Amino acid sequence: MTKVYTQDLLEQFKFDVVAGANGVNREIIMSDISRPGIELTGYFRYYPSKRLQLLGKTELSYYKDLTSEQRADRAKRMCTEKTPGIVISRGMDIPEELVKACDEADVPLLRSPYKTTRVVSRLTNFLEAKFAPFTAMHGVLVDIYGVGVLIMGQSGVGKSETALELVKRGHRLVADDSVEIRQEDYDRLIGSSPPLIEHLLEIRGLGIINVMTLFGAGSVRSYKKISYVINLESWDEKKQYDRLGLEEETMKIIDVEVPKATLPVRPGRNLAVIIEVAAMNFRLKQMGVNAAEEFSTRLTTMIDEEKTNLGIDYNLE
Amino acid sequence: MKEQKFTITDDTGIHARPATLLVNKAGQFESHVELHYNGKAVNLKSIMGVMSLGVPKGAEITITVDGSDEEQALEGVAATIREHLGE
Repeated sequence: MTKVYTQDLLEQFKFDVVAGANGVNREIIMSDISRPGIELTGYFRYYPSKRLQLLGKTELSYYKDLTSEQRADRAKRMCTEKTPGIVISRGMDIPEELVKACDEADVPLLRSPYKTTRVVSRLTNFLEAKFAPFTAMHGVLVDIYGVGVLIMGQSGVGKSETALELVKRGHRLVADDSVEIRQEDYDRLIGSSPPLIEHLLEIRGLGIINVMTLFGAGSVRSYKKISYVINLESWDEKKQYDRLGLEEETMKIIDVEVPKATLPVRPGRNLAVIIEVAAMNFRLKQMGVNAAEEFSTRLTTMIDEEKTNLGIDYNLE
Repeated sequence: MKEQKFTITDDTGIHARPATLLVNKAGQFESHVELHYNGKAVNLKSIMGVMSLGVPKGAEITITVDGSDEEQALEGVAATIREHLGE
């Protein structure tokens, strides 16, 4: 997991460092943001000192109404060793007691020109994304008709070659060989490429090729939600493959169950076309059209009819 | 499953050519071989994965192998690392 320092916020949000500049290398260890309100009244028992603190208009105007000694006392107690920073919104003026306490304790005091709610939501989004559960997987991620398909399988099974064919057919490459996946919210997996190998594809015998320069900017994407996993494996005569598509397999990535299909690979089988169709079929299923289920009901009706017909025949005899 | 730690001593780190050697060596074995560095794990049989880590000189890496020929695989990979990359 990546570490986040107060320094990173400065670059991202263009905060003014008003005081405590020596502390900008403090680490932020959680995405929650604290709005100290009750603490300003002097109640610090449950003060979440490890969180980023945010003072808005209400808090600051209350703080200004306190006596000078009270202000100094609250400021000092807010600036703990672990506090990664105190943010003031709306570009408000900051009482000197707070500035002094931050300088003494080396807690960065940051000022943003934006409204409190705006600052909270942007900070939360940024921190949530940074602290999102993360993993890297061996596979190729391609955007096929808007469906993020993660192609997996043993080395040398033909993932990259299939991806090349898919790109040639107008689909978009997200990542080859190594896909970085982070979980946003509780049900969204976002895949992207490690920066070093973005837009690159490795084809045995050709080496590394740059898909963007070869096929144009429309052939790549920098990230994509993963909706479907296709697992390629060498054809095993003894294994039973799905013949109907009635059962739905899933695969767990981080905490999310993603629908999965296993495709056996055999020379002469055009995988790109099959995967393309699999993606289209997946979209169709999401729109409520399920060919396998429809066929199954049709078959049931047919069998039922035959049964009644047979019944009549017997009666005639 | 077996694992072993190595330190990269080569000046260029795990650059393209040594990465190729490593990947080709790992590819000779049945076992699943992984390289762990900086909290990330990649398949050692995948060249892009290995290079995407950008492992520099002085870095400590861990190789894990899991499979029927894990002993030979670890030996083979270790020999390649010692010869070209580090100790």
